[in-house]
Amino acid sequence: MSHLLGDGAATPTATAPESAGAGSAASAVASLDPRIRILAACAFALVTVALDDLLILVIPLMMAGAALIVARLPLGPTLRRLAMMDGFILVLLLMLPFTVPGEPAVTLFGWPASWAGLEQAAAIALKANAILLMLGSLVGSMDPTTLGHALWRLRVPENLVHLLLFTVRYIAVVDAEYRRHRRAMKVRCFRPGTNLHSLRAIGYLVGMMLVRALERSERILQAMKCRGFNGRLVLLDDLCLGRRDILFGVLFAMGLALLPVLEVLHGRAA
Amino acid sequence: MHIVDGVLSAPVLVGGVVLTAGGIALGLRSLTLERVPAAGVLSATFFVATLIHVPVGPSSVHLIMNGLAGLLLSWVAFPALFVGLVLQAVFFGYGGLTVLGVNTLVMALPAVVVGLLFRRLAMSPDGRLAALAGFLAGALGIVLAGSMVALVLWLSGAEFIPIAKFVVLAHVPIALIDGLVCAAAVALIHRVKPELLGTLMLSPRPAPTRRLARQPAP
Repeated sequence: MSHLLGDGAATPTATAPESAGAGSAASAVASLDPRIRILAACAFALVTVALDDLLILVIPLMMAGAALIVARLPLGPTLRRLAMMDGFILVLLLMLPFTVPGEPAVTLFGWPASWAGLEQAAAIALKANAILLMLGSLVGSMDPTTLGHALWRLRVPENLVHLLLFTVRYIAVVDAEYRRHRRAMKVRCFRPGTNLHSLRAIGYLVGMMLVRALERSERILQAMKCRGFNGRLVLLDDLCLGRRDILFGVLFAMGLALLPVLEVLHGRAA
Repeated sequence: MHIVDGVLSAPVLVGGVVLTAGGIALGLRSLTLERVPAAGVLSATFFVATLIHVPVGPSSVHLIMNGLAGLLLSWVAFPALFVGLVLQAVFFGYGGLTVLGVNTLVMALPAVVVGLLFRRLAMSPDGRLAALAGFLAGALGIVLAGSMVALVLWLSGAEFIPIAKFVVLAHVPIALIDGLVCAAAVALIHRVKPELLGTLMLSPRPAPTRRLARQPAP
């Protein structure tokens, strides 16, 4: 299931493109206020799942595609990940036409596939892809630390933000440790197979990583106390909404508000 | 198995958000400042553990380890798994946004339940009993998660019932594998660092510093 997380890109920091984007000319999305981007992605998701009309659902997908281009995310890897996600929901999409009752469109090996089911499967594919693309373009293009700070400014509980920031930080560290353990196992001729020995070895690996994680966290806590950490988030950046952010927010909200209207109009015309 | 956007019905999505918010609130209550580093590093470790693939015949499955997360994290499993799912959706394009509540619930509620059921057994002095607790927690964690995915699909519409059955069946081999891996992991933790099983699930706010201060009193 997780091959999509990739071997070389197992950490958010490794995949996050904004570090490269910030060096060169910042994209139009990167210069927007992170809070606006998070709220826009959430609103987009809510409106998109509420739509039903297949033709209208193409518009959110196009909006997400446009956002992807404006955010200057690497097209290849992003679309490849999306395609992999589609691969996982393919089973669901292929089964739907046969389980939704309705007028049969085609008959496959004696099983009728209904139009209604085909439509529902297409709607799910459109919604899932549009939302993930938009989320990746607007929010995924920011630094994970910025995401944490913006969430805190949006009044997400402070210790949840701390947990997020810690997790982001230590995924890279723990992943490096995991690779080191795997190399050590490989040197000792461990080849995973479908047998009890392999499962036990992997279990010991997971257990050892957890033990080391706890010991590491004790050192972290000591180091934080040593530096006088008192539980407040110290933010070095100051977010403030500019005219561009407000303009983007208003335009985006108007675009979203238009979608249900279009759906009603299209439904009446049909 | 994560559910994507657009599949579930609105009441199911809202229910997922409400229950998950409650679970996260309960988890955050026991997450004092002193425990945030431990919870964060453990949460990162569980994230990395899901990247581990176990070969099954010609194919492979990845570990889920929500049962083990429940044994170690208790209610903190809710915020920890939620954070993992947020990162996956935002940075890896996997899962979905409106389904975050449901996806967290189907993983974290089984984790909390098996944690409550088997933690006592996992902390018993006998290593074999601890390993048994690990197996039961790992396997039951997956079985319950699979059943909950099936349940939310079934609640969303009759057309999903065959898919729900398929999901339950697909989780059986994963439950066996996760159970065995979890048993080995608990056996090792039991031998090497048994206090890991009690780090995050003492009663809320035990404030270790206060306990230290009380010692020299007599």
